[in-house]
Amino acid sequence: MAPTGQLKLIDRVTAINWNRLQDEKDLEVWDRLVGNFWLPEKVPVSNDIQSWNTLSEAEKLMTTRVFTGLTLLDTIQGTVGAVSLIPDALTPHEEAVYTNIAFMESVHAKSYSSIFSTLISTKEIDDAFAWSEENPHLQRKAEIVLEYYRGDDPLKRKVASTMLESFLFYSGFYAPMYWSSRAKLTNTADLIRLIIRDEAVHGYYIGYKFQKGLAKLTQAEQDEMKAYTFDLLFELYENEVEYTESLYGELGLTEDVKKFLRYNANKALMNLGYEGLFPKDETDVNPAILAALSPNADENHDFFSGSGSSYVIGKAVETTDDDWDF
Amino acid sequence: MSSLVYFSSVSENTHRFVQRLGLEERGMPVHRIPLRPADGFLTVDEPYVLLVPTYGGGNEGGAVPRQVRKFLGDEGNRSLIRGVIAAGNTNFGAAYCIAGDIIAAKCQVPYLYAFELLGTTEDAQRVRDGLGRFWQRQSLISA
Repeated sequence: MAPTGQLKLIDRVTAINWNRLQDEKDLEVWDRLVGNFWLPEKVPVSNDIQSWNTLSEAEKLMTTRVFTGLTLLDTIQGTVGAVSLIPDALTPHEEAVYTNIAFMESVHAKSYSSIFSTLISTKEIDDAFAWSEENPHLQRKAEIVLEYYRGDDPLKRKVASTMLESFLFYSGFYAPMYWSSRAKLTNTADLIRLIIRDEAVHGYYIGYKFQKGLAKLTQAEQDEMKAYTFDLLFELYENEVEYTESLYGELGLTEDVKKFLRYNANKALMNLGYEGLFPKDETDVNPAILAALSPNADENHDFFSGSGSSYVIGKAVETTDDDWDF
Repeated sequence: MSSLVYFSSVSENTHRFVQRLGLEERGMPVHRIPLRPADGFLTVDEPYVLLVPTYGGGNEGGAVPRQVRKFLGDEGNRSLIRGVIAAGNTNFGAAYCIAGDIIAAKCQVPYLYAFELLGTTEDAQRVRDGLGRFWQRQSLISA
């Protein structure tokens, strides 16, 4: 006898058939995620021990706290966030993609532990976790997101999830990019770049599914959802500014981090199909940070603004696609 | 005046950027590379700039969408490409907008512009103005 109110997972079992796709994006993203799969053991973080020892106490403290904060967010996304999206999935393939995302978030959370255990003592790790668990801004960030994950609106859940994947991690991601730009902790930065790459695919996919759902709403409902999204972004942004100050204030980096935050907030909005909110002169990320993120980004791919006398042909690239016909 | 050819997946991200350019209102023909084989094959007969998103992430395999590779596989189509514009995401590190590098190198045409995701208002402005000047210059060269 099944008591009413018992957790009911599914009405009936439908076997997933990858040869019958309702949305080809599911397979495309699945393939991308699988192609990008990695484990922290592949990255020689122990080569950073010497570099770590050159950091000041304040720099070590900031970096450790950044990583405990990121661990907390990835724990939420792995155990609650991505999992909470599964019941809203429209296709079995979409469910499968969410399970992949959830697993990778757990890999990310574990990666930070491997950085910790390599670089710092158990006591310092415990202190940093205690700091994170007591930091009101980090807790507030977690609370806001968790509230939506537990709510009953599938689209708002996707908005919150995209904000987490594409915006809320970046107050933390700044630190390893900062160190990388100064040729410090470069292996740790390599590991974080793998995480950053994964979050881009996650944010893109969840944002895409949001837009598919949004298109089915009336204009009035779409307007309401847009207003909600921008309100949430502002609420999260204000909190991020405080959180950033608590991490980076002592090192005088807050303003530089804030540009990076606004740049990524715009990208989160774009993943949701909206235009960026912050204007160009508020999102001009420090070129050294941008270059640490993407060595390709600082190359000036703007032939239009040049004199036109120099023809820049793309640099030679070894293509591995086997279906080029020429 | 010549044309723009672009590819956009079902996400419609690149499509929206192209719409913001308003090229057709300015008399520049715009052609979209079909998503599925069942939608037919695009054959062009005038010079064009190609605008594509970068796929994948972290590795070059598959960075250029399959449909774009097929389109450029046609010798007639390939002979008319004059430049490439690519979209991407800096999160992909060295692979950011790499579809533009790959196409520019393979087709020996200039890599005109790179932008992120849906592009900003400034990106749309620069591409719109830049394409106008680019074609003007091209017509002077070929005249």
